[in-house]
Amino acid sequence: MTVFVIRRFLQSIAVLCVTAVIVFIGIYAIGDPAEMLISPDASPAERAQVVASLGLDKPLWEQFFTFAWNALHGDLGRSFVFNRPSIALIFERLPATLELTLTGLVFALVLGIPLGLVSGLKPNSATDEVIMTGSILGFSLPSFWQGMMLIMIFSVWLGWLPSTGRGQMGEFLGIRSSLFTLDGLTHLILPAINLSLFKLSLVIRLTRTGVRETMPLDFVKFARAKGISERRIVFVHVFKNILIPLITVIGLELGSMLAFAVVTETIFAWPGIGKLLIDSIMRLDRPVVVAYLLVIVSLFIFINFVVDVLYSLVDPRVRLGGAQ
Amino acid sequence: MTARALFAEDMLLGRLVTGIGRSPKAVVAAVVCIILLFAAVIGPYLTPQNPFDLAVLDILDSKLPPGSQSMDGMNYWLGTDGQGRDMFSAMIYGLRTSLGVGVFSGIVALLVGTVLGLIAAYFGGRIDTLIMRVVDLMLGFPTILVALMLLALLGQGLWKVIFALILVQWATFARAVRSAALVEKNKDYVEAAVTLGIGTPRILIGHILPNCLPPLIVIGMLQVANAISAEATLSFLGIGLPITEPSLGLLIANGYQLLMSGEYWISVYPGVLLLVLVFSINIVGDRLREVLNPRLGER
Repeated sequence: MTVFVIRRFLQSIAVLCVTAVIVFIGIYAIGDPAEMLISPDASPAERAQVVASLGLDKPLWEQFFTFAWNALHGDLGRSFVFNRPSIALIFERLPATLELTLTGLVFALVLGIPLGLVSGLKPNSATDEVIMTGSILGFSLPSFWQGMMLIMIFSVWLGWLPSTGRGQMGEFLGIRSSLFTLDGLTHLILPAINLSLFKLSLVIRLTRTGVRETMPLDFVKFARAKGISERRIVFVHVFKNILIPLITVIGLELGSMLAFAVVTETIFAWPGIGKLLIDSIMRLDRPVVVAYLLVIVSLFIFINFVVDVLYSLVDPRVRLGGAQ
Repeated sequence: MTARALFAEDMLLGRLVTGIGRSPKAVVAAVVCIILLFAAVIGPYLTPQNPFDLAVLDILDSKLPPGSQSMDGMNYWLGTDGQGRDMFSAMIYGLRTSLGVGVFSGIVALLVGTVLGLIAAYFGGRIDTLIMRVVDLMLGFPTILVALMLLALLGQGLWKVIFALILVQWATFARAVRSAALVEKNKDYVEAAVTLGIGTPRILIGHILPNCLPPLIVIGMLQVANAISAEATLSFLGIGLPITEPSLGLLIANGYQLLMSGEYWISVYPGVLLLVLVFSINIVGDRLREVLNPRLGER
């Protein structure tokens, strides 16, 4: 187990290094770093000072070590627009994104698992057909388009829910979040639904396949023979077996939801890191863009690492396979 | 080979056609796909105006609701946008761009992925490990994140978007081809071909590749749908295609600002077209998956 964790950890570090190199190449080798990292309206004196402090007059490999060293110390440059360290801006906005992503994930699970169960227990029925076609529709609809339709229906036509911003935030146990006020909750509903719809289709399909694969197994027949009620078989015995693949995929999809939050946040003007990224690209505020990329990739690699370790706890075959 | 033989039940094409034919839903979706593809190809002959010809645009005609008439008696069945462009024409041109980008990047990714997948499977060893490491790395990151990273660093542009889409797609093809080719590699006919002294490239392309086609076709369909959707998303965010190459995503983004003030048609109609396009490709792809290989990707 320890060996597996260590090996997996080293792998994560390797991936992180590769990403850092790619981002570095993107800024320093393909583009002109002076152009990218120095504000367009800087004076020549300022420019020369930044060039010296970033070591842009030094050889490329030395520049890379300066870049990596600074990154390790949390120094990813200052934002041109806010004139503050870009990493601080990212961490300031991160809670809003996490709040949105986790709420979206809960929505996807609460709706997806029951629909998948219904669909899987009666395969090829009319209900199943409707749910499965609906799920294709779910991942055919581009996320931004779903968001627009939600705004058009619920904000513009019906006027039920607000469509922009995070609303009022409440404080609970020292955490400030929109989850704790009614106004904040109404602001959260539409973006969270938008973000969950794509994953909803996946959860439905996973659950359905899981049910269809588990139902014909011997232990289900045995449970029936023992006279256990159908409800208990489905909700206790079959359900446990569906959970394993579900947990892994959900863990991995959490990272992709963080990335997809860029779209949702842009549409709903949700003040998270995704909106910050798009705003920064538009304002040519490149230090923030670089900081976002490195933070989101680190976060993503971290989630993958945790999921793999958790999975190896649940299913020993994974770590045995890894040891070969 | 006669047409009858080509469509026979045991031929690949025959299996595809009869497979789709047995599902009414898939038939409708396939017909829609063909119509849209046809409309995109003959686009300029189909549209009442060229939306990029400034001479035919009249700013007085801007933001007209669907069904209104222009000064010179032309009907704007789907209304006009902020620049006075006929929405129907703009949408057909947008469809050309969207489909073009999606299909082109899909085909290139398929070629790159197939070659690398075949090489990995056939030669094995270090080459295999190296290629599959890169594939795992690519597949570990969500499509949209990789594309965002690239375009954030490179800036927007048609070829940059195509490059980003190829980069995020090839790994899927490579993995599918490799696993199919690994199965084929150990079959007797490959051994026979080797014994006959046939060259490696010819064995790979002429003998192994044709037997790897079924999963490739399915994944190709689904990837094209994904690529179209991803391109639309990137363009909507303003980091995809430039304003000079308006795809459906960009049309929707342009109309988005006007959505709140009630001019719904400028973004809703391109949106519906995009939805119909991606949805029907996915339906056909999903059906082909059931027909060709019931186990594949059924997760």
